[in-house]
Amino acid sequence: MIVAKRKPLEELKNQLKDYKKVLNVGCGTCVAVCLAGGEKEVAVLNAELDMARKMDNNPIEIDAVTLERQCDREYLAELDAIAKNYEAILSMACGVGVQFLAERFPEIPVFPAVDTSGLAVNQDVGWYEERCRSCESCVLGQTGGICPVTMCAKGLYNGPCGGTNQGSCEIHMDQPCAWYMIYERLEKQGRLDCIHEFIPAQDWKNQVPRTLVQPGYKKVEETEAS
Amino acid sequence: MKSDSNLEKVLTGGHFAFTGELGPPRGTDAKEVIEKAAHLKGMVDAVNITDNQTAVVRMSSWAASLLLIQEGLEPNFQMVCRDRNRLAMQSDILGAYAHGVRNMLCLSGDHQQFGDHPTAQGVFDIDSMQLISMVKTMRDEGKFLSGTEIEGPPKLFIGAAANPFAQPYEWRVHRLAKKINAGVDFIQTQCIYNMERFREWIKQANDMGLTEKVYILAGVTPMKSLGMARYMKAKVPGMDVPDEIIKRLQGVDKKEVAQEGIKIACEQIEEFKEMKGVAGVHLMAIEWEHKVPEIAEKAGVLPRPTI
Ligand code: SF4
Ligand code: SF4
Repeated sequence: MIVAKRKPLEELKNQLKDYKKVLNVGCGTCVAVCLAGGEKEVAVLNAELDMARKMDNNPIEIDAVTLERQCDREYLAELDAIAKNYEAILSMACGVGVQFLAERFPEIPVFPAVDTSGLAVNQDVGWYEERCRSCESCVLGQTGGICPVTMCAKGLYNGPCGGTNQGSCEIHMDQPCAWYMIYERLEKQGRLDCIHEFIPAQDWKNQVPRTLVQPGYKKVEETEAS
Repeated sequence: MKSDSNLEKVLTGGHFAFTGELGPPRGTDAKEVIEKAAHLKGMVDAVNITDNQTAVVRMSSWAASLLLIQEGLEPNFQMVCRDRNRLAMQSDILGAYAHGVRNMLCLSGDHQQFGDHPTAQGVFDIDSMQLISMVKTMRDEGKFLSGTEIEGPPKLFIGAAANPFAQPYEWRVHRLAKKINAGVDFIQTQCIYNMERFREWIKQANDMGLTEKVYILAGVTPMKSLGMARYMKAKVPGMDVPDEIIKRLQGVDKKEVAQEGIKIACEQIEEFKEMKGVAGVHLMAIEWEHKVPEIAEKAGVLPRPTI
């Protein structure tokens, strides 16, 4: 899932300082699971903002709504009737959701309430670890299911580097060396030949805004044009 | 000959190579480079010019390399993958070669987190293995990484680093083999203190026939003080400093520690001269350039061959 962390109250207060009537929009999918921007977090943040603005003698009227998903038009449509009642919208969705919301209501300022940090696994309640940087050329099949782009601090395709330190990465003793793990796993599987082979320079695909259309589907405009 | 490098001539001529190292200044003073270089002149076959070492901003390695050429020394131009993408790498290679650079060392580079700009974006567009392969393609096929032709390909002698002390040990020689397949001509190893481990590594490399395909220069850094030895042991990732080294430095009078460090280094060099598969020594006398003539003398590697 996509994980995110709520921004500090000070930063949020500063973003909203000129607005008196604001809608805070939560998202019920990834950010709800990672405890950053679901219904509960919307309520907590609104209470905090309400209190802080009162203390600043600059009261704010802040309403709450949590959509099933902010990255989906179908759910954003629920706001069509009410959005215009607000001077600004705060979104607790990931960066994707914030942008889709802003796109839907281009005349209203939209602010992010969270910092989106990546594609992560759920290690335990409240504990998430990044696993994928969506490079669009997955090499997990060669690297024992461990991502060198994300898990190696230098994103090396032919690691490890000289800094690998008794199983730890040179950046920190608590950070396992991705290439050490890759070696260990492939050795257990008897597949070390996978990393004897040189992986050539990548053709990076994540250097332009990407659009993905699954086979058999078309973009809406194209469908309409035809 | 693959290049016009003095280092290559020394090695192919069967001489025991001896290379040095110089870190560019954190400013614009060319004199600093020239003064350090003066200590190394005539003492070594080539001088590694570090590239923003430990991720700290310094005068660029190609610029300091040019200063060395002007002083009549041969630089070994280091390039890390951390600070440049493939466009910048290739253009720097062309420019450096045009100015007379003939050796290049391909490295990953320490993570930016260790340096003076810890929140910088690390580039790592390609890794050190891919860099070796790119430089080889530029030299031997006269082509950029993109496949387009180069007018006047850079005829560089290609080097890389190896760390015999990192775990898993079994993987180390295979990684060396991978670098050889990628196109490396010479290797300079991590500073060696654990001789036993190094002997094992070189034996494995000999057994696999790797030392016939690549020149291996053993990395030596004399300990200047007990503090340095302790720091290297505890704090430098990938460094293997056995307790015997620490004990030996502790065993001498405080004023004699630096001399003892030099003595250990010279004993190592004597052993490397006789060791099958070792083609030379790379002396990294960090901020100790003025001691290089003394070490070279004591290690019996003078005079350097002129070819
Ligand atoms: S290689 Fe890593 S970053 Fe790329 S798609 Fe696979 S998991 Fe994601
Ligand atoms: S120590 Fe391992 S994980 Fe860390 S940068 Fe080097 S190869 Fe990558």
